[in-house]
Amino acid sequence: MTKRSTWALPYAIFLVLFVALPLILIILYAFQDGSGNFTFGNFTKFFTDTDAIETFALSLEVAIENTALCILLGYPAAWILANKNLNRSAVTIVLFIMPMWINALMRTLATAELFHMLGVQLGKGTLLVGMVYDYLPFMIYPIYNILNRMDKSYAEAAQDLGATPWQVFWKVQVPLSMPGVVSGIMMVFMPTVSTFAISEFLTNNKIKLFGTIIQENINSSMWNYGAALSLVMLIIIGITSLLQDNKKDVSGGIV
Amino acid sequence: MKENIIELNNITKHFGDKCILDNVSLSVKKGEFVTILGPSGCGKTTLLRILAGFGSADSGEVVINGENITDVPPHQRPVNTVFQRYALFPHLDVYENIAFGLKLQKVPVDEIDTRVRKVLKMVSMTDYEDRDVESLSGGQQQRVAIARAIVNQPKVLLLDEPLAALDLKMRKDMQIELKEMHRKLGITFIYVTHDQEEALTLSDTIVVMNEGKIQQIGTPTDIYNEPQNSFVADFIGESNILNGRMVKDRLVEFAGHEFECVDEGFGENVDVDVVVRPEDIYIMNKTEGAQFTAKVKTCIFKGVHYEMLVDTDTRHELMIQDYNAFEPDTEVGLIIRPADIQVMKKERICNTFEAEIISEDRVKFMDEEFECKPQTTFAPGQKVKAEVKFNKVELIDHPEDGMLAGTVYFLLYKGDHYHLTILTDDGYHIWVDTNDIWDKGDLVGINIAPKDIKIIKCDD
Repeated sequence: MTKRSTWALPYAIFLVLFVALPLILIILYAFQDGSGNFTFGNFTKFFTDTDAIETFALSLEVAIENTALCILLGYPAAWILANKNLNRSAVTIVLFIMPMWINALMRTLATAELFHMLGVQLGKGTLLVGMVYDYLPFMIYPIYNILNRMDKSYAEAAQDLGATPWQVFWKVQVPLSMPGVVSGIMMVFMPTVSTFAISEFLTNNKIKLFGTIIQENINSSMWNYGAALSLVMLIIIGITSLLQDNKKDVSGGIV
Repeated sequence: MKENIIELNNITKHFGDKCILDNVSLSVKKGEFVTILGPSGCGKTTLLRILAGFGSADSGEVVINGENITDVPPHQRPVNTVFQRYALFPHLDVYENIAFGLKLQKVPVDEIDTRVRKVLKMVSMTDYEDRDVESLSGGQQQRVAIARAIVNQPKVLLLDEPLAALDLKMRKDMQIELKEMHRKLGITFIYVTHDQEEALTLSDTIVVMNEGKIQQIGTPTDIYNEPQNSFVADFIGESNILNGRMVKDRLVEFAGHEFECVDEGFGENVDVDVVVRPEDIYIMNKTEGAQFTAKVKTCIFKGVHYEMLVDTDTRHELMIQDYNAFEPDTEVGLIIRPADIQVMKKERICNTFEAEIISEDRVKFMDEEFECKPQTTFAPGQKVKAEVKFNKVELIDHPEDGMLAGTVYFLLYKGDHYHLTILTDDGYHIWVDTNDIWDKGDLVGINIAPKDIKIIKCDD
């Protein structure tokens, strides 16, 4: 029995090497200047640089817009997929989920080509279209999951108590599917905050997102500033995930 | 005479090929406590769902309070349901669950408050209003589910096996409370259950259902003392069910003896089913003065009484309940009073199938071709009837070795043999008399010998 804990060793080593160590390095670098001395300089540089702050705000804005669009499009889609009267085939579900199996970079490149072909001016519009296209399945899937497994006696009980189909939806099914929505938000919002490839391909770097700045800094060997920016982003993601911790039951999600 | 609050007229419902409800008609008086009783799969829950509006009947109409509501959606029906697994909304607390219906009706907030508090008091859950429903025990959730339904003051309260998930002690307590609640509220209760004891305790009227049909409607005493067929007799309480023969009015023969009874109008020399409740057989040590004798096989103490199995002088097994114990191997005398013998018309005396002649010595019924005695009376393709006696159907252990495969669906001990209902894989019923012991749910193969298939002309 005691030996069983040794089976966890490879995972522990993996965690230390690829999760804990990089995090420690980010924190160490973020509080050092180029020559290795302790400093808050990287953070004061970020918070006094209006350009950086603006990019940061824009990133949040794009992420929020993308998440909102994904909910608006994804919830009805998940609803239709989970409704046995509207969708009788498993194939439709696979069709919606299938984009998740294809590399996001390839899909983004393809989308960019499509815009070129159609002669659409690249900008914030194309950026959002691309992002929604990339992340929609991640919103649909957890919501579909929870709707699909929801005991239909809740809806019947509400109807029995006098709720119209519309009231059943808003007063029972929507609140009960919230864990799925929260899961979807996590899976869409967090990666969009840190993305840089999509904005690079779909706006020709006209719109810079926070992820882009981090990438640029690190590419030009500004390790310390890059690390500080990464830390700021980590904190934002951490705050987002608190949203989920408050919910007691997130069994519907896939994260 | 009180008016009828519910009328179900000729309700029929199929799921695929299977007939769930077969032309069911039922009327319920205002304020009655009606229990729909039957084994699982008898159609009782489907009937309740049609009343609530969650399922629609293929044909027939539902009338509540004089209004035809056959096509009215559930949210506009004057009924409320207590669901089997309660279906309390997990995102709302106890108070909000109960207030749910009232809020939808736009009842003023202070009235909601008074009404919710009143029902909370009624179900003894006053201190639980802020509790999360998932933190409640089964019994407490049950109370909230009842409160959530009755707070809307429905004309009819539907209860779908509401006590099934509770333990025995809790169930007994809730039965008393439900009865009390019914008395206080004065509304009509339609209660669905498979528990005969619950039905006998609670109801004003019991509706016994089996295989999508109503078998009998009556008061608990009627149903217990005068079952109309062997299914009802077997399902409600313990009983001895035997094959008998009505010799003439007021004289019936069963277990090899003739008995005086009180039944008339069956005709002379007609096969019947006879029911005698185990507590209605008088058992004594002396054999003179007895109608017949028997030897005690087993004797078990059951708390209030002893339950004995005896072998009669004609090799029939009877169950007897008595306050006195009679040791195994004792010779005893038995007496049954005329009024305690319940005579019932037989539903059928042999298997009858709609059949089609295939060739001179082949006939097709139950979707299967059977070999039969060579005959020339009927031409191939002709529609006929095939009759097979109950004791001529052979059951074998391996379904794949039989001409047909099926499962034992229902069994009845008739004193000296078993009467089984077999459901074939294609959905047909075959009735079989056998001395072998089978269990409900056993998979069996079915064979019928050519000489035992009797082909007769169709009536029409």
